[in-house]
Amino acid sequence: MTRPRPGRLVLADGEVFEGEAFGADTIASGEVVFNTVLTGYQEVITDPSYAGQIVAFTATHIGNYGVTALDGESARPQCRAVVVRDLARRPSNWRAEGDLDDLLRAAGVPGVSGVDTRRLTRHLRRRGAIAGAAGPADEATLLDAARAEPATEGIDLVAGVTCAAPYTTGTGPRRVVAYDYGVKATMLRHLGRLATVEVVPASTPAGEVLARRPDGVFLSNGPGDPAAVTGARDTIASLLGRVPVFGICLGHQLLAAALGGTTYKLDFGHHGGNHPVKRVATDAVEITSQNHSYAVAEGSVEGADVTHVNLNDGVIEGLSCRDVPAFSVQYHPEAGPGPHDARYLFAEFEALMERGA
Amino acid sequence: MPRRDDIETILLIGSGPIVIGQASEFDYSGTQACRVLRAEGYRLVLANSNPATIMTDPDFADRTYVEPLDVDAVSAIIDRERPDALLATLGGQTALNLAMELSEGGVLDRYGVELIGANAEAIATAEDRDRFKQAMQGIGLTVPASGIARTLDEARQVIEEVGLPAIVRPAYIMGGKGAGIATTAPEFVRMAAVGLAASPISEILIEKSVAGWKEYELEVMRDGHDNCVVVCSIENLDPMGVHTGDSITVAPAQTLSDVEYQAMRDAAFACIRRVGVETGGSNVQFALDPATGEMVVIEMNPRVSRSSALASKATGFPIAKIAARLAVGYTLDEITNDITTKTPASFEPTIDYVVTKVPRWAFEKFPGYPDLLGTQMQSVGEAMAIGRTFPESLQKALRSLEHGRHGLNCDPGEEAMAGLSDSELLARAGTGSPDRPFHLEALLRRGISVERVHQATAVDPWFLDQICRIVEERSHLAATGAAGMDRWAWRRAKRLGFSDAQLAWLWGRPEAEVRTARLEAEVTPTYKTVDTCGAEFEAHTPYHYSTWEDEDEVAPSRRPKVVILGSGPNRIGQGIEFDYCCVHASFALGDAGFETVMVNCNPETVSTDYDTSDRLYFEPLTTEDVLSVLDAEAASGDLVGVVVSLGGQTPLKLAGEIPPELVLGTSPDAIDLAEDRERWSGLCARLDIPQPPGGVASSLDGALAVVGRIGYPALVRPSYVLGGRAMSIVYDDDGLAAAMAELATFGAPGGARAGSLGREGGLSAERPVLIDRFLEDAVEVDVDAVRDATGEVLIGAVMEHVEEAGVHSGDSACAIPPPTLAARVVATIEGHTRAIADALDVRGLLNVQYAVAQGEVYVIEANPRASRTVPFVAKATGVALAKVAARVMVGASLADLRSEGLLMAPRTAGHVAVKEAVLPFNRFPEADSLLGPEMRSTGEVMGIDRTFGLAFAKSQIAAGDRLPERGAVFFSLADRDKANGVIAARRFAALGFDLVATAGTAAHLEAAGVSVSTVLDKVGEHDAEVTAVELLAAGKVALVVNTPRGHGPRADGAYIRSAAAAHRVPCLTTVAAALAAAEGVGDWAAHPFAVRSLQEWVGTATPPP
Ligand SMILES: Nc1ncnc2c1ncn2[C@@H]1O[C@H](COP(=O)(O)OP(=O)(O)O)[C@@H](O)[C@H]1O
Ligand SMILES: Nc1ncnc2c1ncn2[C@@H]1O[C@H](COP(=O)(O)OP(=O)(O)O)[C@@H](O)[C@H]1O
Ligand SMILES: [Mg+2]
Ligand SMILES: [Mg+2]
Repeated sequence: MTRPRPGRLVLADGEVFEGEAFGADTIASGEVVFNTVLTGYQEVITDPSYAGQIVAFTATHIGNYGVTALDGESARPQCRAVVVRDLARRPSNWRAEGDLDDLLRAAGVPGVSGVDTRRLTRHLRRRGAIAGAAGPADEATLLDAARAEPATEGIDLVAGVTCAAPYTTGTGPRRVVAYDYGVKATMLRHLGRLATVEVVPASTPAGEVLARRPDGVFLSNGPGDPAAVTGARDTIASLLGRVPVFGICLGHQLLAAALGGTTYKLDFGHHGGNHPVKRVATDAVEITSQNHSYAVAEGSVEGADVTHVNLNDGVIEGLSCRDVPAFSVQYHPEAGPGPHDARYLFAEFEALMERGA
Repeated sequence: MPRRDDIETILLIGSGPIVIGQASEFDYSGTQACRVLRAEGYRLVLANSNPATIMTDPDFADRTYVEPLDVDAVSAIIDRERPDALLATLGGQTALNLAMELSEGGVLDRYGVELIGANAEAIATAEDRDRFKQAMQGIGLTVPASGIARTLDEARQVIEEVGLPAIVRPAYIMGGKGAGIATTAPEFVRMAAVGLAASPISEILIEKSVAGWKEYELEVMRDGHDNCVVVCSIENLDPMGVHTGDSITVAPAQTLSDVEYQAMRDAAFACIRRVGVETGGSNVQFALDPATGEMVVIEMNPRVSRSSALASKATGFPIAKIAARLAVGYTLDEITNDITTKTPASFEPTIDYVVTKVPRWAFEKFPGYPDLLGTQMQSVGEAMAIGRTFPESLQKALRSLEHGRHGLNCDPGEEAMAGLSDSELLARAGTGSPDRPFHLEALLRRGISVERVHQATAVDPWFLDQICRIVEERSHLAATGAAGMDRWAWRRAKRLGFSDAQLAWLWGRPEAEVRTARLEAEVTPTYKTVDTCGAEFEAHTPYHYSTWEDEDEVAPSRRPKVVILGSGPNRIGQGIEFDYCCVHASFALGDAGFETVMVNCNPETVSTDYDTSDRLYFEPLTTEDVLSVLDAEAASGDLVGVVVSLGGQTPLKLAGEIPPELVLGTSPDAIDLAEDRERWSGLCARLDIPQPPGGVASSLDGALAVVGRIGYPALVRPSYVLGGRAMSIVYDDDGLAAAMAELATFGAPGGARAGSLGREGGLSAERPVLIDRFLEDAVEVDVDAVRDATGEVLIGAVMEHVEEAGVHSGDSACAIPPPTLAARVVATIEGHTRAIADALDVRGLLNVQYAVAQGEVYVIEANPRASRTVPFVAKATGVALAKVAARVMVGASLADLRSEGLLMAPRTAGHVAVKEAVLPFNRFPEADSLLGPEMRSTGEVMGIDRTFGLAFAKSQIAAGDRLPERGAVFFSLADRDKANGVIAARRFAALGFDLVATAGTAAHLEAAGVSVSTVLDKVGEHDAEVTAVELLAAGKVALVVNTPRGHGPRADGAYIRSAAAAHRVPCLTTVAAALAAAEGVGDWAAHPFAVRSLQEWVGTATPPP
């Protein structure tokens, strides 16, 4: 039995997690976050919102059902590295087209398996998100890499994942312009049922967007610090009131910013598929898919009502503007991966577009 | 929505006796509900006929009715207590069906009782398989093609459309009773007939078989605000075709992509909403075509189930507790998660480990029964294990079973498969059986490809590949050898679940040596926490499992602590009674200021509820696992000791392995003194307490010598086993030779099924065979007592058995106080008991069994540990024996406990309590219902009333055999029973019954002046069989009394008994039982039916907490 390549994860604070290397034969550094989903590793790994991050899964067995083009949230893995307790050797599922190891190797993304991911999670919970480096290298090398990794605050990670040029997708009756801050495929699939979706780069000026005469503008999810996304705030501000707006995740934070709100960084963020959110209007509870490290500061937003609240920690999960047709949620109604409880929000966007600006 | 204030009194119905398919999981759910509802300030009325349950402890309800669970009794309870609401979704199928009868019979309306949780409409929609399917199709879910039939002809028509293979399933049946998959036309007709008979509404569902598809279950909860959550997803290793209750199941589901899982989740919610379960937990079963992903709904249970108990233990999310709160108006977001204490219950648990459940069967108790698994559940218990990976949890689960296996093979047990060819192995693994996992490993170890094994078994390749990891590691370990092990190698082996015992076998070293080497390499388990949230939030409940990682989470403790070893998986002979004792010990020690630490691996129990003890270790009860827990606990605080005497034989077997200074209560040496035949006989001689003459032998010659001395009939058995395993009565040399042959293979682990006894644990193998003179026509007596360090002995109760000695104490009915024993005899028995308690220097419980023959008292055995009857005694007399014993074990004197109010004088005046055993013959129709010295009952019920007759009659109703009020009684007696038979027959005649008898018996009765209306030819002659059976088939007999011939094969007359079973005619196999029945029938006719609560009969056992 061939002893596998040793690999490890080292955090900037010196914590070392021994394991075995898989995926690409290289090392990578980034902010380490844990994700608690039980299913949907491929969606998570290919979600552009994870740009700049090393994702650790709390669920033990990862890779069991392989990977398929159908489940990618983007064309390729987006996180910098993947950390798991146990990597499946032999995927088994009728949908599988390949396995996770190959997917990562092809994308140049390293992975570490065999790690005490629970110890890692407990460490991150207490210590907060922290930079780390992972791969088949010795402790010292990885520690240097981890220490060299800048914090995400103030860094515009969107620039790295937004599309280079506009493109169109979807077949629905309406017209929607979607700002691509790192948009997930599932979001476009949902929007595409409502409208022909013109996906535009993050830097696209408001004028250009309005010139496309959309029924609505969509603000997508994306990685990193909302405050660092150059120009987005003013652009969105000048769209408000002139066209219905719907934002998700980073889009929600940017909408809040445009309304004068401020955002802050959570200790270790929300990354999972089981977060309970209360819909203020009805008191109904939605189990939601979440992936964010920043959140909108309580009471910082003028002119909008809080429509959704996280029942675990009270974080603002949804906003609805009082005088302009715009609303947003912090979590992921499109799921991918995660529960479908909040899909009604796309219908609400449709209704909003129906009424118009 | 807040708590409902419009209801004050709630009636909770339990699940009655433990039967196959419905075990202690409902004591767990019911107990949780009791606690919650009382904490919410409701007046709680509980009905449950099972005295061994924790929920029937008078402390858990305001009114506790240990009465039969039938419409009459429960209507009477409702009439007395006038509850506002009835909660039936926590008492299994029994409670659900009973609630339906009460509702349909108009009782609930008449008394204005509201069904909370699930209403009648919802229950009917889920339980009536046809309605359910239509409902599912109505909401666009797919179900297997099917049709309903109420007659054989209808069945034949349906199969035309559905086509073979098809599965036949009776309506309103839990545990798949009477269900099966038919592949041929004749097979189909036979199954249809059985199914129609099994269904209370004689209706069967005929359904296209999807055997071989992947099987899943989702545990779902819904609140009054229509919020739904999935608590847990479960994937079966055994594909469709093997009942979930008999399948190895794994949580969370392992081979579903998010796309598939979310579709299943949506379907489960649609299902619970359509069925209309307003609040509470439900479980929805799905089958998935591995080739196309096509998903079909199999069934949904609109109630808490065995799987919900498993899901609760697997996730830390207390489904029953929360279901109870939801039923009284709360919504999920209004309930906080006990474990995190700051997040709400309206979330979905995520788990960072793998849980594996493996069932335990009792086929060895039903000789000649094929140990094949199908759509009908046959297991009697289960073990659950938690590991970080599937291979680890699978191996832990297998060694938790206590079937003498140390893991997934790599132990002596695997030798049983050596003789099988690859194709034989493939064939066997193709059908579900208790040995399937071992077959799978063996096949892969022989180099047969995952593909081929998958082809043959339909077990998912992912599971097979995981098993391959175990196979590869094993060969690696074999190559490395004990000497070559470094820290890394040890850790890798342990992370795949290898036990020290497996490595010891692999390397041919003693286990202790392996352990030492491992400890020298500094490889010890780390204990992680089950916290519902994958460590995202801090956990406040120390619910631990061992694994082999970097970080250990055991927190230091503040108070002195006591470790209680539980009883492991339920099995015939060791069940819920022992969990009751462990839980009571935990409560009592907790109240006395100790920190209590529970170790157990049975997911069905109250002991493995994280609420029961201060700390819970969900671990196998093996030497290695227990010693590791003790090390961890000793390292984290002041460990006072370990309780080994309350969990039955399982922890007792470990007593010798634990540092003696840690063993609380009676010393391991005294335990051995009572178990070791030589020493025990010596003791009895010294105390001059008569024992049945006997001796020990390890060879046939030795045995013949012994018998030469004591004479026939003789009783032959191994020592150190519970439940009379492999015990037999022999009448001549041939019988003796046969018995010795059977015992020869004893302890040959996993060996021939005859020797499958060895699965009870190697220990017994080293013990000689015990041979006793079999005392005929002796009255058996059980005594439970407690002795403290000052030497005071408390006699809890003297129990007189209804059936004579020779019928295992666990299978015979018994009564408190003794109905027929002379005061002098009782005094002698008490005297002997005290003498034995002193001689063994007992600190805690002592159970002694006696046989009284011709006024002479013989001692059969003494067990310085908790017995099966402890909870029964507590319910019948109000003495909380287990709690008292636990306190005594840590130094309290009985006097202290009396002044504390924990111990009060037995209350036996004014009532009689009868315990009756419940046997699983309806699950093993071909097995002979004859009672013998090998215990076969799965559970028990209690009847309590003013007279023995009334209490006995109630116990019979509770056990499912209502005594007839009129009709014909059919007598067919062994010669030695004929004299007493006359008395019984005369009584029945006097009560207005017709008498039917076989020739010999009839002649004897007539001679004694008892007239027999119908005489059947001599038993044994072919035409006679026809008549007797026909008579039963024609429903012309209300009661059968058939005692086995004293000599020759005891199976003689078996056909009468099986005919009786087939036609549901109560059948008594001893004259003693017939006399009791006559008394019952008489009293029943003479008195009005009345119910009364335990609080009224005996008061509460302990001052309310
Ligand atoms: N259509 C079917 N084809 C093959 N096996 C089936 C089918 N339906 C049920 N089974 C098997 O029978 C078992 C019992 O069926 P289920 O509907 O769950 O009855 P129960 O009420 O006894 O749980 C299931 O666990 C499954 O393994
Ligand atoms: N010498 C005997 N004569 C008649 N019956 C006996 C004798 N010894 C044991 N039995 C019967 O066998 C049953 C089981 O024996 P016991 O020693 O109690 O085994 P276990 O330890 O399994 O309870 C007893 O309950 C009793 O009915
Ligand atoms: Mg079922
Ligand atoms: Mg006994």
